Order: sequence, then structure tokens, then C-alpha cells
Amino acid sequence: MAIGYYPGCALRGSSNDYEQSVRVCLKALGAELKELDDWICCGATAAHSLNEKLSVALPARNLAIAERDGFDELFAPCPMCSMELMKAAKEIAADSRLREEMAGIVELPVTGRTKILNLIQLLERFDLKPSKPLDGIIAACYYGCLLTRPASIVGFDDPEAPSSMETILAKLGAKTVNWNFRTECCGAGKTMCDEETVLDLAHKILSDAQRSGANCLVVACPMCHVNLDMKQAAAGKRFGVDHNLPVYYLSDLVGMALGFSPAELGVDRHFVVRLAHG
Amino acid sequence: MDIAPNQVIRLVQNGQKDRALRSAAIWKCLSCFTCSSRCPQNVDCAGVLDALRRTAAAEGMHAETETRTLIFNTAFLHNIRRHGRLNEIELIGLFKTRAMLADPDLSFLFKDASLAPALRQKRKLHLAPDGVRDRDVVRRIFARCGA
Repeated sequence: MAIGYYPGCALRGSSNDYEQSVRVCLKALGAELKELDDWICCGATAAHSLNEKLSVALPARNLAIAERDGFDELFAPCPMCSMELMKAAKEIAADSRLREEMAGIVELPVTGRTKILNLIQLLERFDLKPSKPLDGIIAACYYGCLLTRPASIVGFDDPEAPSSMETILAKLGAKTVNWNFRTECCGAGKTMCDEETVLDLAHKILSDAQRSGANCLVVACPMCHVNLDMKQAAAGKRFGVDHNLPVYYLSDLVGMALGFSPAELGVDRHFVVRLAHG
Repeated sequence: MDIAPNQVIRLVQNGQKDRALRSAAIWKCLSCFTCSSRCPQNVDCAGVLDALRRTAAAEGMHAETETRTLIFNTAFLHNIRRHGRLNEIELIGLFKTRAMLADPDLSFLFKDASLAPALRQKRKLHLAPDGVRDRDVVRRIFARCGA
């Protein structure tokens, strides 16, 4: 199965461990990722905070390239990218004047017909049969914000009580816990400019996951991983605790259940080096 | 947040535009959409905060305590306009330089520097990340959007 692929900036930057994991895992499942030609940044929080037109135009350029190159679907593993692409597609599809305006701005026709998929939606298409069941994993599935919100844009899972990651992990033989912070925000792109907020939120999320008996966190977002893994030591230091809680991308656990080693999936490049199971 | 999202909405309803635009809340907002999702009146609070941020930035009347966030967002767009995709090292350099000029603080300047060796060792630091071939079209898109 071939599918259009929009990596986004994070996966080509400091979250390249996520791309390694996604690629290894999806290749094993038989999905062929066809990278969108000359894709550009989705604009992220900066664009919608400062320039509304730009926040539509940047994703629109990518949607237009996808349409030109015949991709009906586009897989975007970063929930920031996937939400921005979905939002622009929805707005463009609903408004003929916006379609015209955007075609002029991005220099390609764009209708907004491309269906955008996040990692969970793509994984749900496969019959996941573990060759190495995830015995010993007790996961706190962390959804954060943009996988399920805004519901009117992404229309995926339940924004208050999501369960799609738990369903996938159950098939792989992992246990999951019921906990309180699964849809709280980790601080997202504020890592650089408002670290205090990020460390406070990360500490609360990590603490609640541990209180509920989890031995690892599972995320499907590069920013969540940065704030909960890379910033974990700083969050612990600030609040006087040593969390030492492994943070996996969902694709890490799928890959390990398919028989790959943590190193093959890039797990050895996480900041928290402890593993939740053998 | 100095005031909650629903209070920002009330300020706007009451015509207290300046207080809303000068609030720290609009810049503390993480765009997590929790307020929009839970508003019993279906107000898109996050969307309103977005509009207030854009207005505050355009009119140069943002809360002084939140200058770093505005500088970060501006530097981020500058970076995308130049390369088409994020160049993390250049973004950090520009953001820190501008933040230092606005509010000199040496501990802030070097705060994340301690992560650099670990990032390098984990092959997460890219001195020359892959860029976009057609950078001119990116600049034309920015220009047409007035950015």
C-alpha cells in the first residue's frame, strides 16, 4: 500500500527518532511512504498566532502539491501538522472564494479534497499481530491536544475520553492504565520561550502517569515527546523528583511487538534510557 | 494565565479591547483547544485568543511579560520564510539574540546550551538540515499574505 507522506519539520529535526520509528514500523507492515515533493512547513502555532492568511496558505501549498501529484491521502505523523492540514483543507473545501484566493497565493489549484491521516488512523488499517507481544508494558497513553482537538476539525476519537491507542496496544499484548492527564496539554511549542509552563505541565503529566501504575508513557506527537522525554530531567529537577519514566512513540511499541529492537527504532536516542520491558 | 479564557471573552463582549489585548493570557495560551472544546456556549475561545494575539502583535500592544513568546513566534516565521522548513539551530540563534536584546539575561542565553552535546550525540542536531528546493515560491507566498 502506497501512501502520501508529509514528514513535517520536527521529524527532520530533533525528532528524527520519531521518523526512524515510523519508517521502520510502517515498512514492516507493508506501507510504502511516498514523500510529498518539496513540501513546506505547515506554519504551526507561529503562523496562526500572527497571520491568519499565512496559516491557511502554508498548509494549502502542501495540499495543492498532494492534489497535483495524485495523492488522495496524506499521512502526517505530527499532530500539529495533521491538524493544520486538516483545518486548511476543510476551510478551502467549504469556500469557493477562498479556493480561488489560495490558488493565486500558492501558485497551484487547490480544492481541499485530500484526506489527512495521523499515525493512529494509519495504524488502525493494519491487522496488527505481534510476533513479540509486549509483556511487561503498562502504558499510560497520552493524547495531548491536537490528535483529538478541535473535534470539529480532526473528527477523530473522543476528545474527552480517547481510547484508540489503548485499543492498538491491547492487540499487541500491552497493558494500559486509566489515568487523568491523557488529554491535558504538555506545553507544545513553548519549550523554548516559556519553559516554566512546559516543566510544570510535564511534571504533572509524568506524576499522574506514575501514580496510576504505568511504567511508561506512549505518545504520537514529536512535541509531546520533546517535553516529556528531553525535558523530563529538567522537570524532575525543578520539582525535586526523579521520574525516570520511559516515553515511547506509539510506533516504537508497534515496532517492538513486530520484533524490532529498541535501537532499530531509534529508542536508544531518547533521553530517558531506561526501558519499560526487556 | 492572569485571566481565564472565558474572562477574555467577557472583556471582548464588554468592549474592553485594550485590557484583552494587553493580557498575558492571550500569549500564555498554548492553543490546546480545551477551552473551545468545553465551552457550554460553543464559543471558539481559542480562535478568539488567536485573533487577539494577531491584533496585539500588529498594534504593538502585547503584555511586556510575554515578549519572549512574541519574539519566538516572529523568529519562527522569519525562519520558515527563509528556508521553507524549520532550521532549528538558526531559529534558536535568532530567538535567543532577539530575546537577549529585549531583556538581557545570561542564564536564559545559555539555558539550553547544556543540551547541545547530548543532542549531537543522539544525532538529533543538524547543522545543515534539508531545505526546500523552491524557496522563491515560499517567499512569494509570504509576501502575498503580507508576512
